[in-house]
Amino acid sequence: MSGLSFIAPKTVEEAVRALAAGDGLTKCLAGGTDLLVQLRSGRARPEVIVDMKRIPGLIGISEREDRFIIGAATPGAMISECGPLCRAWPGITEAVDLIGSQQIQGRASLGGNLCNASPAADSVPAVIAARATCVVVGPEGRREVPVEAIVTGPGQTSLRKGELILEFHVPKPRPHQADAYLRFIPRTEMDIAVVGCAVNVTLGDKGVCRDARVVLGAVAPTAVIVTEAAEALVGHWLDEETLGRLDAAARRASKPITDKRGTIEYRIKVAGVLARRAAAIAFKRAGEC
Amino acid sequence: MTFIGKDLKVVGTRPIRPDGVDKVTGRANFGADMTVPGMIWGKIKRSPHAHARILRIDAEKALRLPGVKAVVTAADFPNIAAEEAFAGEAIMDFRDLSRNCMARDKALYDGHAVAAVAASTPAIAEAALELIDVEYEVLPFVIDVEKAMAADAPLLHGELFTQGIEPKPTAPSNIAKRINFTKGDIEKGFREADVVIERRYTTRPVHQGYIEPHACVATVAADGQCSIWSSSQGHFMVRQYCAHLLGIDIANIRAAAAEIGGGFGGKTLIYVEPVALALAKKSGHSVKIVMTREEVFRGTGPAAGSVIEVKLGAKKDGRLTAAEVTLKYQAGAFPGSPVGPGCMCALAMYDVPNANVTGYDVVCNRPKVAAYRAPGAPNASWGVESCLDELALALGLDPLSLREKNAAKDGVKAVHGPTWQNIGYAETLAAAKAHPHWRAPLGAGQGRGIASGFWFNIGGESTASVHVNEDGTVVVATGSPDIGGSRVSMAMMVAEVLGVAVERVRPIVADTSSIGYTFLTGGSRVTFATGMAATEAASRVVDELKKRAAVIWEISPEAVEWRDGMAYPAGQNAGAFEPLPLAEIAFRSARTGGPISAEAAINAQGPGAGFGTHICDVEVDKETGAVKILRYTAIQDVGRAIHPAYVEGQLQGGVTQGVGWALNEEYIYDKDGRLENPGFLDYRIPVASDLPMIDAVLVEVPNPRHPFGVRGVGEVPIIPPTAAVANAIYRAAGVRLRDLPMSPPKVLAAIDEEKG
Amino acid sequence: MSKIHVSTVINDDPVEYLCEPQQSLLDVLRDELNLTGSKEGCGSGDCGACTVIVDGRIVCSCLMLGAEAEGRKITTVEGIATGDKLHPVQQKFLEHAALQCGFCTPGFIVAAKALLDENPNPSEEEARYWLAGNLCRCTGYDKIVRAVLDAAEVMRAEAAE
Repeated sequence: MSGLSFIAPKTVEEAVRALAAGDGLTKCLAGGTDLLVQLRSGRARPEVIVDMKRIPGLIGISEREDRFIIGAATPGAMISECGPLCRAWPGITEAVDLIGSQQIQGRASLGGNLCNASPAADSVPAVIAARATCVVVGPEGRREVPVEAIVTGPGQTSLRKGELILEFHVPKPRPHQADAYLRFIPRTEMDIAVVGCAVNVTLGDKGVCRDARVVLGAVAPTAVIVTEAAEALVGHWLDEETLGRLDAAARRASKPITDKRGTIEYRIKVAGVLARRAAAIAFKRAGEC
Repeated sequence: MTFIGKDLKVVGTRPIRPDGVDKVTGRANFGADMTVPGMIWGKIKRSPHAHARILRIDAEKALRLPGVKAVVTAADFPNIAAEEAFAGEAIMDFRDLSRNCMARDKALYDGHAVAAVAASTPAIAEAALELIDVEYEVLPFVIDVEKAMAADAPLLHGELFTQGIEPKPTAPSNIAKRINFTKGDIEKGFREADVVIERRYTTRPVHQGYIEPHACVATVAADGQCSIWSSSQGHFMVRQYCAHLLGIDIANIRAAAAEIGGGFGGKTLIYVEPVALALAKKSGHSVKIVMTREEVFRGTGPAAGSVIEVKLGAKKDGRLTAAEVTLKYQAGAFPGSPVGPGCMCALAMYDVPNANVTGYDVVCNRPKVAAYRAPGAPNASWGVESCLDELALALGLDPLSLREKNAAKDGVKAVHGPTWQNIGYAETLAAAKAHPHWRAPLGAGQGRGIASGFWFNIGGESTASVHVNEDGTVVVATGSPDIGGSRVSMAMMVAEVLGVAVERVRPIVADTSSIGYTFLTGGSRVTFATGMAATEAASRVVDELKKRAAVIWEISPEAVEWRDGMAYPAGQNAGAFEPLPLAEIAFRSARTGGPISAEAAINAQGPGAGFGTHICDVEVDKETGAVKILRYTAIQDVGRAIHPAYVEGQLQGGVTQGVGWALNEEYIYDKDGRLENPGFLDYRIPVASDLPMIDAVLVEVPNPRHPFGVRGVGEVPIIPPTAAVANAIYRAAGVRLRDLPMSPPKVLAAIDEEKG
Repeated sequence: MSKIHVSTVINDDPVEYLCEPQQSLLDVLRDELNLTGSKEGCGSGDCGACTVIVDGRIVCSCLMLGAEAEGRKITTVEGIATGDKLHPVQQKFLEHAALQCGFCTPGFIVAAKALLDENPNPSEEEARYWLAGNLCRCTGYDKIVRAVLDAAEVMRAEAAE
């Protein structure tokens, strides 16, 4: 009953023009697994919906020498089927695979998961931990920005009017670099993360951590890069003491809220637990590659 | 006539259900699948406030929107007087029912219907809802049961005076009723005890969670004849309630049963049907209303949230000397929680010499509760079965042995009155003890719990007719909506009686104008009561078939026997005739007296109590509080399983709902009394990956009051799981959870508190 | 507001329809095309009762716009059987009594068929996780999982012939 219109542009330029036109709300449609829920509930009342999926490059995964390029609207199921990506970044592909059901996997994308700007988005901590960037195009051209620069708060992004995310660039792992992502949900499937944690480490001689990134989800308005947690790892083996420092750092970095999905106290505790567990997996993987 | 103990050919087998193909191919018509010519769409506007006076409703703008055909409010419904009605397993009042379907004067909960609109498309109806302007005076609200009982609580109903206390109170309150059952001398009982355990347990409301939202299509013709197609557990109930609420003669309503996408008690009431009728009358169009999932959660009845206080006294050997139980149940916005059955079920399984059970039915600003599988019993048993486990631990006894020592047996007088006969509780305990699960080894961090459950089961009014077709095939028609495969059971019982293959018998659910009155599908009554009617009708058909064979043979009907679907002469004196198969008699029926059919309209008595015992293994993640169900065995006395696969399915489904109640399901409200989780994302029912296979063990202690020995089976299996899981968690993690759901944050908090 | 013209293929038949921009594919299937086998249990992608296959992948048709179906190939529950021959998943659901009310069944049939197309020999755990997006409130999933695993066995045997 609104004056909603739907367009499915076949070029980036056409999409940018459509997104930039008019004064009303315009929404990019990738997998639609968040947008359609918002449309139906009346939480989002856009004037224009721009379907991204017919733009060349928006769906698909390609590989260059130093990076993977993932189209922003590539459905999760396609990401999980990409063998080289799964081998390179099991943490990322497992995180993507955790988003919703198999049906959701048929549609949900990295671009949508990021731009929906939920603090609990599963794929976001893992791609940030891998130091991925995204390519943004808009009326003023093209820019490449770190993924962590996109979301500014719940439901809020730094994208300007007319901008869309074209693709994600994920650097390939160095030797002995690996990642892991874990989340906690009350059931075994179908829930939104109560806490999520990605750990990405690079090991040096004798398994000592040389470089690390630890990113928490659902414990703050956006995914949080926990520098102190990375510092707890760098220069150390993953022994009990290191794990204890990591746990404490993750807890300290958690500034969650109490809502229907979890309490402040619970989220803080579990953030520490998941950081330890994800680190154990990442270290093990890094040691084996 | 009884088939108990006889060698049966059809009963006990697992044929494919006759409505199955339509359901696996998408052809089956559920509530929302019906379309009729000229149909328009109804939508309901709901209160955003937990408690508010409705000052004014202005539909002017909505009515001006092109495509809008009608708007109704409480002013379009008769303002009917209080009158109690028997509603499935609970009592409810027609005045309350009317006001629950459409708020009058006050909105009593977030989601309470305040107006409705009908328009030519769903989108226009949706847009029109926003244009209906409702002015509210927001009132203080109360949603907690004990706060609602307090003297200074906001009152929902100015005219509600607590029943069941003397002297009759002079001031209104939110306590609708007090119920009490006593046996023996409770004080003496506790004096005799060596150990006394006193605990308090709590639960939140949980929803039945049927996957199909409520839906109906209603038509009102200019001459006043109405038809209703709806998804309900009783189309006769729909007809009766709609007639009463709207002042229509019952004969002027023809109600048909859509295929029903689950109910579990939640569709034993009406919500959308009278609203669709009112819109249809006002607009002159057929009106379809389909609830959204959000409406189902906000506007229909969950099971009661509750407080359960239990005090048990026992001798050192485990013999119970006294039990005291207090139940406080949320009724929601109108009186009528299932606290009555809760009180009766609380101690029904045990032979307790001295007991005192008290229940309170308390209104609060939540949706009016509806029946949910063994209504009232899971709450009471959550408390009693957990407390028994705590008692077993205090006494150093095995919890199964403790139950065996105190189990009710034939001849024992239950606390709520009846003296048990032909019950199989002890048999379920024996089966549990003998089951390999009970002795299987457990790993570290794992634990095993046991708990039992009891439900009365009900009988009541049912009609069935059996028609023999010209070619010897058979139709059995009943008035019971088929919620879980009952049609196949009807066909099987009729086939058994007639001695024909089950594929030759086609069962249907007839509409209210095509078959006699049949009480709703609930209380685990259909296979028992409607099955009894179908069996009776089939037996009358057999009598008729024997008569027709006698006509053909020109002998006396008493000289004809019926075996394996054929008439035989009863012995040598009857004469030497080749047996006459049913098909042959049917083919010749026009020349032997006309159509062969029979109807049985009965009020079935003696439903046969149901008892079950469950064993559950869990593993607890002590760092996150997550509980994983590792293994589950449900043992139940089912009397006689007509179609064992569907009986097992009842056990497995009930267990899963109970596990959901135990671990994650709950209504979450914000500080303003608004429901925060009205969807399947955050109202977390179990998903396939949450569960292992569920071993359903059928114990068969036949019910002598049913021709095949049937007992109701659907309700018992939801009762034991909450306590079985809690008892398992205690043994896995050393913490006792007494507040449902036992969600990860609560389990972790308990573990951390235990650690100190 | 003008309607959108869509040309697509549903259950191997070319189909054209007009839809409003906000209409979901499920709305179109049920209300415009009278394909009522796909059910709406939640409208938010949480129950799976509206599962259909789009270009080889299962999706919740309530989470896809009707307008997006242009040029796609869609299979609904009505297209799973071949003529009067049931798909092994459908047959095994019947034999195992894997349905009680039957409302979630169409979604399970479509999802299970897609699982077995992709993985002919799933473990119990794989089947349970694949089907986690399909809610069933009646059966406790036991008989559903058994039916799916049994159908897989039948299909493997058929494929080996």
